[in-house]
Amino acid sequence: MSINTPNKQTSHLKREILVRLIRAYLGDNFEEDVRLIPFEMRPKGSEVPFRCCIHKERAILRDRVIAGLGFDIEEAQDSELLSDLAAKAVKREQPEEHPLTLLQTACNECVPARIHVTDLCQGCVARPCESACRFGAIKVVDGKSRIDHEKCKNCGMCAQVCPFQAITKIIVPCENACPVGAIAKDEDGLTKIDHEKCISCGKCVSACPFGAVHKKSQVIDIIKHIKAGEKVIAMVAPSIMAQLPCTPKQLKQAILQIGFSDVIEVAVGADVTTKKESDEFKERVIEGGAPFMTTSCCAAYNELVEKHIPEIKPYRSSTGTPAYYTAEIVKKEQPEAITVFFSPCVAKRREAMQNPNIDYVLNFEELGAWFVALHVQVAECDEAEYSQDSSAQARNFAITGGVAAAVNSLLDENEKANAYVINGLDKAGIRDLKKFAKNGKCELGNLIEVMACPGGCIGGSSTINSYKQAAKQLDAYVKSSPDIKEIVK
Amino acid sequence: MAKVNVKVCLGTTCFVMGSANLQELIELVPRKYGDQVDVAGSPCLGLCSIDWEFSKAPYVKVDDEVIKEATVEKVLTAIDKKLGK
Ligand code: FES
Repeated sequence: MSINTPNKQTSHLKREILVRLIRAYLGDNFEEDVRLIPFEMRPKGSEVPFRCCIHKERAILRDRVIAGLGFDIEEAQDSELLSDLAAKAVKREQPEEHPLTLLQTACNECVPARIHVTDLCQGCVARPCESACRFGAIKVVDGKSRIDHEKCKNCGMCAQVCPFQAITKIIVPCENACPVGAIAKDEDGLTKIDHEKCISCGKCVSACPFGAVHKKSQVIDIIKHIKAGEKVIAMVAPSIMAQLPCTPKQLKQAILQIGFSDVIEVAVGADVTTKKESDEFKERVIEGGAPFMTTSCCAAYNELVEKHIPEIKPYRSSTGTPAYYTAEIVKKEQPEAITVFFSPCVAKRREAMQNPNIDYVLNFEELGAWFVALHVQVAECDEAEYSQDSSAQARNFAITGGVAAAVNSLLDENEKANAYVINGLDKAGIRDLKKFAKNGKCELGNLIEVMACPGGCIGGSSTINSYKQAAKQLDAYVKSSPDIKEIVK
Repeated sequence: MAKVNVKVCLGTTCFVMGSANLQELIELVPRKYGDQVDVAGSPCLGLCSIDWEFSKAPYVKVDDEVIKEATVEKVLTAIDKKLGK
């Protein structure tokens, strides 16, 4: 499984739109400036880098702007003006429920999944494809194998037996990436997300080569509160410390500079999670004899449990996520504050929606775009101190294995958990989890850490930094942090 | 022959717009070209704020030549050209 290899052109486009949107909203002529975004990005006579003509390019950019404004692309009417939508975005009281939306005009360029006979077919005498097909869907006609798509079930048997490897399966990247079958192209070639099934893991976002899956941004909603002079507090996920070319303290200063009133590390909440989860592990597994326990801090995993594996609930830790405890601390101290969780992924938007203590979610790409829009050079910022310290173990939650290691750090020698890590959720991992729940046992370990993104949160679909560099940067920060025993007493 | 000098902009604008993925050049270039080429990350090269040219970021400089919307491939091609390959 590849780790967080962002599709460069598509993320460049999406980020450029965010920068323009944020700039427009911070300026004096928001609605008109938003209307002009597609025209400014593709002015008259400019090259047409991706599509058939400039008009289609602009139409697609318009749709991308709609997602940036936080609306559903599919629901917006073609006739609606971007300027009207911009006005509507500012008036909105609540962000939309489902975080993902599809740009269908961009996605009809990819063909539905099917088996395809290439020119390499030699029309051989043996014809193993014919005999391998259990549906009578492939026949040699005029010296070449042909597929009857009415009969073909896409099983791929013919491709496996062809001695020339002349038959391939054309995949739809988003369908292929989705671990729960929530996104599919229908007969008409239209792709749809089934929100009943979707766990918001964001794998389709990274997989689509046309950049057709968009996150509905809440950036306008957040800036609105800042513009109104309200107290808006940034709660930054541990993975953020690996994202930008600056120190954690400079990052705090940069976030204050764009208008937030305070910055708190979600690692503070991760210390609480660690303490509670290790107590829970001891009670349930070591003393209570439970066969295993799974972690509970990955939002996509929690959605997966709710929607697809409810039978594993009795084995999942009942401890809250680091974001949960952090938001609780902030709202208790400052009930009037607006809380914004800074996130590496899409799934946290769903978690925030279900937690009244988290008002909004801003992902790292959006934060980056905000810095670009305001010309903030993070490396030139002064250092601002965090008022609350957190431990090395908590800061290390952002990387695969970090959560289990933190839990273990608070367990005595003879109680240590035998950790098994699901490093990136895919179909096989989900099958394993179902099996553990059904059999009530897991041979591979008694503490199962589940991370939906390979590599952990620093491999999330809304991150900026490349994985290897991010891991290095995080590691340096972790190494300079105090041990958990000094923080959690 | 004079050394080719490569500066990969790691200022915030370039970083966000894609130079995060160019950091591999800093290891890759010396491996590929030995001491014919000097390569280093650089703070903001000052190109992103001229006329709001952020949309052409990330920038890389190969000697005096500015590469817009830089990719690893574009940079390597530019180096090859300088070295007369
Ligand atoms: S950040 Fe690269 S030129 Fe300014």
